[in-house]
Amino acid sequence: MANSTAQVEQYNYDIVRKFTIMALVWGVLGMTAGLYIGSELAWPLLNFDIPQITFGRLRPVHTTLVIFGFGGSALFATSYYIVQRTCQTRLFSDGMATFTFWGWQISVGVAAISYMMGYTQAREYAEMVWPIDILIAVTWVAYLVIYVMTLRKRSQPHIYVANWFFIAFILATAILHIFNNLAVPISLFSLTSYSLQAGVQDAMTQWWYGHNAVGFFLTAAFLGMMYYFVPKQAGRPVYSYRLSIIHFWALVFLYMWVGAHHLHWTALPDWTSTLAATFSILLLMPSWGGMINGIMTLSGAWDKLRTDPVIRFLIVALSFYGMSTFEGPLMSLKSVNALSHYTDWTIGHVHSGALGWVAMITFGSLYHLIPRLWETRMYSNKLIYLHFWLATIGIVIYISAMWVAGIGQGLMLRAFDQYGNLAYTFIETVNFLHEPYVARALGGLFFVLGIIVMTFNTFMTIRQGRREQALLEAKLAAKLAQA
Amino acid sequence: MTEFFDWFTHLENTKPFVLVLFFVTFILIVLYVFTGKKRSQRLESYKNIPLNDDEADHHKDLNHE
Repeated sequence: MANSTAQVEQYNYDIVRKFTIMALVWGVLGMTAGLYIGSELAWPLLNFDIPQITFGRLRPVHTTLVIFGFGGSALFATSYYIVQRTCQTRLFSDGMATFTFWGWQISVGVAAISYMMGYTQAREYAEMVWPIDILIAVTWVAYLVIYVMTLRKRSQPHIYVANWFFIAFILATAILHIFNNLAVPISLFSLTSYSLQAGVQDAMTQWWYGHNAVGFFLTAAFLGMMYYFVPKQAGRPVYSYRLSIIHFWALVFLYMWVGAHHLHWTALPDWTSTLAATFSILLLMPSWGGMINGIMTLSGAWDKLRTDPVIRFLIVALSFYGMSTFEGPLMSLKSVNALSHYTDWTIGHVHSGALGWVAMITFGSLYHLIPRLWETRMYSNKLIYLHFWLATIGIVIYISAMWVAGIGQGLMLRAFDQYGNLAYTFIETVNFLHEPYVARALGGLFFVLGIIVMTFNTFMTIRQGRREQALLEAKLAAKLAQA
Repeated sequence: MTEFFDWFTHLENTKPFVLVLFFVTFILIVLYVFTGKKRSQRLESYKNIPLNDDEADHHKDLNHE
């Protein structure tokens, strides 16, 4: 216990605990919002003609809460934990770390409320109005300063590769956020603004941001998580450190070029989107190299998959990472994109990455982290197994439903009769989507139930940890009184 | 001197230049990482950093009931 107390003093775990709790809070809220809007598409009655809860306003609430609330808080938590442990030093400036916590939480909370009130700048995954953008930028600079300064005062001579991914994520996100949100407010006291770019340049900027948000926020950063927590949980080092170095540089070199594949068959010059598709195919190599590196870490210890539910989360996450990084380049091909774009296949692809990779690697990492932060064991291992199966079955139902919906919808929209007229009316494609949408809502329900189980398990674990701590302190006090 | 900088303002110059620059840099990184026996051993030794952090033994089985 004395050792643990020393650890608490040595490292700033308080900030890690705060971000961990908020990751779960935003996760439950954001995924519930996702389930609700998915249900609205299946049963439009659920809009109830109330503007604040219509699909158009709740959709950015869902994406913001899950990407920035859940994912972002989990990244703050794990990156602050990893940088301290791998550098063997305390986080730089407790005050600045607390500032990043409040800056981030206020940004996410205010953004969600503002969308429901109808305030948005209508840029995908960057809907926040300009004052929130400024708060995020300031918070992010503080995050960068903390991270760099912590690395500078490290006791460990080498900077472990997980930190490289986190630094790339912080730097790239700063650049993306600033340039994508360059806008001119119509007045100092108005939330409305106009983008600095216009037309096709604006579209290009948005998808340069949009895809690199996927690349650096939802991929590189979570790979940082993977490179620390997979070896820790497996109890063995990563399969190849040299491969992780190549993985990092190849990913960083290639990702920035691929955003334009979201704009195939548009006013964007043809060569630009072809170049983006080419780089998307090239990306398959580092992505799979990284996936193999992660999975092979378990080489010689595969039995852990049978006995350790946390390893299951991590390995299934890597499998989904491999699957979605295969599907992505496939969909970036112009011929495939002609079928898949503007259909629910895209939604299915995003969720196989977001639920399968991002959420599963986060769950696994947090299950490793939570008992260590509260110095106890998880309240229930059975609930971790239950969560694992709810999440896995939920994802499979979700993405299968979206494949059926998307490919069916794409084929119907492209079908012609013998006279060259469209074979289906638009409303027929909408009717076709109803059943896959119901299945999708069911998959989403499984996933939401999973995170609710995890939150309950975490709550009980924290309570248990505090109780044990109080008991220990009481015993210590009694001993001291006797002495 | 300004002509030198002007050259970079033309996209038809900078695009292939950057392509060659990034490609060569990447190849150099690959060569650096995978050549030299001692260097390889040194790089591979860093993989143990997460396992060497001062985690107390009693934490090891926290996830097992």
